[in-house]
Amino acid sequence: MFNKTIAIALAAGLAVACTAAQGKPASSDAPRSLPSEDPYPSTYHPYPGMPTLVTNVTIYDGEGGRIDNGQILFADGKVVALGQTVEAPQGATVIDGKGKWVTPGVIDIHSHLGDYPSPAVAALSDGNEATAPVTAQVWAEHSVWPQDPGFSRALTNGGVTTLQILPGSANLFGGRSVILKNVYARTVQGMKFPGAPYGLKMACGENPKRVYGGRRQLPSTRMGNMAVDRQTWAKAAEYRRKWDKYVENGGEPPARDLAMDTLAEVLRGHILVQNHCYRADEMANVIDMSKEFGYHVAAFHHAVEAYKIADLLKENGICAAMWADWWGFKMESYDAITENIPLVQQAGACAIVHSDDENGIQRLNQEAAKALADGRRIGIDIPDEVAWTWLAINPARAMGIDDRTGSLKPGKMADVVLWNGNPLSVYTRPEKVWIDGALMYDALDPKRRPVSDFELGQPGEGDVK
Amino acid sequence: MKAVLLAAASLIAASATPAAAETVAITNAKLVVGDGAGPVEGGTVVMTNGRIVAAGAGVAAPAGARVIDAQGRWVTPGLVTGFSRLGIVEVDGVAQTNDAAAARSPFNAALDVSPAVNPRTSAVTLNRAEGVTRAVVAPASEGSIFAGQGAIIDLGADMDAVTRPRAFQFVEFGEDGATQAGGSRPAIYAAFRNALAEARDYAAGHRNEDAMLTRLDAAALVPVVNGQMPLLAHVERASDILQALSLKREFPALKLVLVGATEAWTVADRIKAAGVPVIASALADLPASFESLAATQSNIGRLEKAGVTVAIGMINDNDARQARLVKQYAGNLVALGKIPGAAGLDWGAAFATISSKPAEAMGLGGEIGSLRPGRRADVVIWDGDPLELSTAATAVWIDGVEQPMRTRQDKLRDRYRTPAEGSLPKAYER
Repeated sequence: MFNKTIAIALAAGLAVACTAAQGKPASSDAPRSLPSEDPYPSTYHPYPGMPTLVTNVTIYDGEGGRIDNGQILFADGKVVALGQTVEAPQGATVIDGKGKWVTPGVIDIHSHLGDYPSPAVAALSDGNEATAPVTAQVWAEHSVWPQDPGFSRALTNGGVTTLQILPGSANLFGGRSVILKNVYARTVQGMKFPGAPYGLKMACGENPKRVYGGRRQLPSTRMGNMAVDRQTWAKAAEYRRKWDKYVENGGEPPARDLAMDTLAEVLRGHILVQNHCYRADEMANVIDMSKEFGYHVAAFHHAVEAYKIADLLKENGICAAMWADWWGFKMESYDAITENIPLVQQAGACAIVHSDDENGIQRLNQEAAKALADGRRIGIDIPDEVAWTWLAINPARAMGIDDRTGSLKPGKMADVVLWNGNPLSVYTRPEKVWIDGALMYDALDPKRRPVSDFELGQPGEGDVK
Repeated sequence: MKAVLLAAASLIAASATPAAAETVAITNAKLVVGDGAGPVEGGTVVMTNGRIVAAGAGVAAPAGARVIDAQGRWVTPGLVTGFSRLGIVEVDGVAQTNDAAAARSPFNAALDVSPAVNPRTSAVTLNRAEGVTRAVVAPASEGSIFAGQGAIIDLGADMDAVTRPRAFQFVEFGEDGATQAGGSRPAIYAAFRNALAEARDYAAGHRNEDAMLTRLDAAALVPVVNGQMPLLAHVERASDILQALSLKREFPALKLVLVGATEAWTVADRIKAAGVPVIASALADLPASFESLAATQSNIGRLEKAGVTVAIGMINDNDARQARLVKQYAGNLVALGKIPGAAGLDWGAAFATISSKPAEAMGLGGEIGSLRPGRRADVVIWDGDPLELSTAATAVWIDGVEQPMRTRQDKLRDRYRTPAEGSLPKAYER
């Protein structure tokens, strides 16, 4: 836990010293600790894979690096080496990648697969606990239906290997996210990314004020949103103090409050804030609020106006997770422009392409390609391999898992996609997808195509989707 | 080149009389006619009086024509969106600007979207700049299976947007229809049969005392039952598709067009035999509902192989604003052709699904959707392959009139090219 804490704090770019809670052994009698940090632990295990060498291939490493006509070797679930030539062990599977591309698996920082699954019937609609504006106590993983057919489409069409499932945006504090490996399992625990930190979903703007204002309750305005947020953070700070004091000094443990558990962990720097926020002025308000209460926003999601404050985002070390071209469906998305992503990149801030959509997640590479082209058209000349960071290391950083995935650095998880052409072209599709070195999709082999329980025995079962 | 085009565009915007009479020849083009064939090099397209005169490789620019050298770039017909709500919605979530549905109106089939079409809607401006020149615009249903009468519009920067008002009636036949009809599919068909019977009565000068339709609604359905007006029916499930097709036995004149049709590939032969065109979602591959369990991106490819006329539409898919995505969708269908077991389209066929095919599905193939002689002169020059993600339209003509290309989004972009304020607030930068 200690190492994990530090890794997460570093990953989030936080100068968080280890707290009394984690740092000091309990002094006297019974051990005192914070409420259990991991009561629903991951049971995910990598599937077996062959040592695999891909040759003659164009490689984007996910951190902005590129190797033309190169080679990459992965074995035992990990990236082993990449370069112009790589020594492969005897018996390794060798794939000729001529005319093809290798990238790290696509990471979607914003998905509702599993909590808003297909079919979109009310009985399976579990994404928004829209019964109160503050529901930090709910955990998305307790809604995720691991049989969502959407996971298979994200894998086979989108090359998505890791995704963050968030609660919806009806609430100011929507609850905890869960990060999954895109591998079907019987339980959500079986999909959970081992050791990934939790995220906290927050939302600005129209959704909370519409949902609760419509019921004539707080918040019905943006100032109401902020007031409820601030009051809640004030309460969380107090809760955290009580628990930290208990761990330090002993005595009667304070009463458990599940919502406050989550928020206290945010204040300790262990849970990363993923904040739905469209408008520039609202993002600026949230940045000030985060300073007021001493937490850090990992990423603004749906940040359609990020381009207006790209300098502020850079200065504060906050990522912007964006669509390439969604716009205008509601007032706060009215000023969306297709150059948003490249403008954020150009300002030196952290840009991420996200989906928030069961169809969009199947084509995140294409979203990046559109944004890249629109940037180039106004003279922002970002190389293809740098654009790939929007789908790889940048979301991994904002999710606190960049030490394990998000790029093809030796020692990292072998989450790898072989594309049958340039992945920034509309004419290209994933040919093979490996997760932790195991071949989980092969366009050329119908047996390497997952079919969820729901689709088994239904019309079109096992069809190319 | 770009500056010249922009200057020309602003002149056009300022001029009171459109310059449609001008003869324009675009030469040296990688020319796509839109009829299903691939591009030809060294092509020329000639337009005059707002119509295409000729297009092809051996075509000469007539004397006196304004000649535009495309310098080898792609030139195609303007894109036609097979199903949309373009021009009737500014911001979906702002009710006052959203004219798609009328939940509290006493009318349904009589509702006519054409008076609501606002050519200055930002979605019209934006999609025009991305090469979309025509759209099928449908109302949305609320409280009845009949949504009302849709229009075919152009996206030109003038105040005459409606190419054909009351071009079709739109009806919901699947799960949405069941909800509107009162809760079941049988309720859909009872409502439909009753409505068409009342329309027949109305046409014959009868009107029963227990008539359920208003006079206007009954009148609006007369051309539907007579086969003068296409009936666009939203259906997804295979059994619903067959049910819709069987209505032609009862109402032989019915000019049916299927919309959505996610499971159509499973009954493609029956659709082909019925001679009914399909406007489908290109990439819907999820069992989003129990009426689309067999969803696959191969739907359109398999329909095309079966000989069905099939076009791409934006069905429940950002229909008010993202018509521009049809290019990407068509490109994806080309990519699908490389995957064993999938059915994609070749490039020419894919481009036809967003140009001539939607026009043909609406019975307007002689009027729009291709560069064949006599068609309305909707022409686009692109800076690359129009289906590729990196490509943009560089010049657009609608009815032979060169169009302005600059959007509100362009201005926002330019204002915030550098986000920090300069010597004056951003509000002074334009």
